[in-house]
Amino acid sequence: MLDYIDKIKEISERLLKDGSVDMVIGFRKGSLPMMNEPCFARTPEAVDQFVWDSNCGINLANYLTDRKEKIGIVAKGCDSRNIVTHIIENKISREQLVVIGVPCKGMIDKHKISGMFSDEIQQVTENGDKVLVTAGGEETALDKTGVLQKNCAVCTHRNPVIHDEWVADPIEEQQDIDRYADVREIESMSSQDRWAFFDSLLSPCIRCYACRNACPLCYCPTCFVDEAKPQWVGKGQDPTDVRTFHFLRAFHCAGRCTDCGACERACPVGINMRVFTKKLEKDCFEQFGWEAGINPDERPPLDTYRPDDPDDIMR
Amino acid sequence: MIMKLVKLDKKQWSKGLDALRKAYRLYGPVKDQEYYSFKRLDRDEQPDFSFLNSRLSPKSMLFPQSEAIIKYSLDESEKDHHIMKAVEKDTTSRAILGIRPCDAKAVSLVNLNFDTPETKDPYWVEALAATTFIGLACDNPKSTCFCTSVGCGPYHDEGLDILLVEDGDHYLANILTEKGETFLKTAGWKTPDGDTSVFDKKKAQAEAKIVSTVATDNLKNLDIMALHEAPFWEDVSFACLNCGTCTYTCPTCWCFDLQDETHGKSGKRFKNWDSCMFPLFTLHTTGHNPRGTKLQRVRQRFMHKLKYFVDKYDQGIMCVGCGRCVNQCPVNIDIRKICDLMNGYEVGEQVSSVSK
Repeated sequence: MLDYIDKIKEISERLLKDGSVDMVIGFRKGSLPMMNEPCFARTPEAVDQFVWDSNCGINLANYLTDRKEKIGIVAKGCDSRNIVTHIIENKISREQLVVIGVPCKGMIDKHKISGMFSDEIQQVTENGDKVLVTAGGEETALDKTGVLQKNCAVCTHRNPVIHDEWVADPIEEQQDIDRYADVREIESMSSQDRWAFFDSLLSPCIRCYACRNACPLCYCPTCFVDEAKPQWVGKGQDPTDVRTFHFLRAFHCAGRCTDCGACERACPVGINMRVFTKKLEKDCFEQFGWEAGINPDERPPLDTYRPDDPDDIMR
Repeated sequence: MIMKLVKLDKKQWSKGLDALRKAYRLYGPVKDQEYYSFKRLDRDEQPDFSFLNSRLSPKSMLFPQSEAIIKYSLDESEKDHHIMKAVEKDTTSRAILGIRPCDAKAVSLVNLNFDTPETKDPYWVEALAATTFIGLACDNPKSTCFCTSVGCGPYHDEGLDILLVEDGDHYLANILTEKGETFLKTAGWKTPDGDTSVFDKKKAQAEAKIVSTVATDNLKNLDIMALHEAPFWEDVSFACLNCGTCTYTCPTCWCFDLQDETHGKSGKRFKNWDSCMFPLFTLHTTGHNPRGTKLQRVRQRFMHKLKYFVDKYDQGIMCVGCGRCVNQCPVNIDIRKICDLMNGYEVGEQVSSVSK
């Protein structure tokens, strides 16, 4: 995907020069391996900082919320779906946006790769389908398919669903993907085992809220966990409060989550809280045939009533 | 200050720990799932000194993320209802084994806030008094460690009672305080005279391995308002998610919030970590928020650490160069970059020159 960089710069520069946008949002190279930093360019010169590689896992739709400018935004498949969701939810208007579409071949899982090496990782580069990791002075070549973020491995919308520009021709979507193997595994547990699993999953949580804040869906002016009048949730480390935060946040994302993986990627202690939103994503797909953020003109299932909506819950 | 450098045969290490367990509550680095953290050591548990550093700083040993400090009853049938009572604490001696020099220096910095002539935070002060700090020098620092340019270093001994240095089948132990002497005596470790000259050599080698640096020399001279109004804050703060990762992993961040949690007819008052990254941190009861925007909050964090603290205490920056925030920020906001930006700021500079 390194070959996208020049095209991203070229398009961004053109859009800024001809005044079609006030700013372009993209990524710049990070100061650490496997990290890039979201950034903006307001001048044609500033587009020089833009990069693209397999470390652009943060969802840039998050940076659009309630902005007033005309914005060019570099968008991979999942970003574009969250842009659609933002448009549906009136957090930005389509007219304000020039979507610079990036056919995405997947982002790499920095937690997983770091865990594979006992030495500190000094450098990570990529070459087509290979990821080259230098740790302890030694280079190891990994197959990119084996180190993809979990959500990228099961992604079926690699190409942006809306776009105004393409940085490259659309790529083939992954076929015959079993998207919900991980959810089914949890569903098949006894309730006791599932509870123990959630307990252990959430035990490292420090309530930094990186997952919530990296999520484009979490734009409430005041999140329920931050409410003081009334205070719904305790603010300490009581496991009940920690669980309440994660479970309720997931429910708030039902029918909206695009499984972009930004939450899991952002977590400083490596919690895969994505399994919660994924379960709801699966339910929406199975019960309503719904995938979030595909079409700006279609209302989400939890926002509409249809006589044939499933009613299995009412027994 | 006592300074006595002795050799300590590792063969007697675990036996010494057994003796120490009778007099101290022992804490140390332990690998938990993927990451290291400082934990109370179980009866036969050994601290794992092969760690680079813990995921979260050991500040939680003295300043827990959530600490019950007061309890009360609202049950009027009880004699002492509505009386605030201190929650009993275990203030018996304890020792933290293997704390890194950066984290020990951080304790000294936080102490500037929690223990002043006018005000003392009793929970911090008592926990600190009960603790003996056994440091572990860093011979293999990470590429994100920049301790040597912020008044610290891989062999820095500020805040420590003993500094241990790995040396093959021995530790070199630098006994720094009376607390350290008592600890050593309790362990019963024999420390025959031996050649300890390798200490200085190892120290120099470790310091040479710290390749990451920041410039802080000019921060004190800069005009506070000019820096506050500098044009780079939009660029610096853009990516920020306003999560609490940097403040919670930081060994020098000391802000907390008080929360009463009542269940039925009894309750507790908690002292919880808070974060200047959160809008709630500054929200007034009127609904007004003096730091209502992300830019203001990000600026506050860096101005506090790199300017206000410098001006107020004259002890350098409020950062020990541990690199935790650098490594763990989900969007790669790097304090080293921002420190250099601030330190090199000249009034009138254009934003475009720094956005690259």
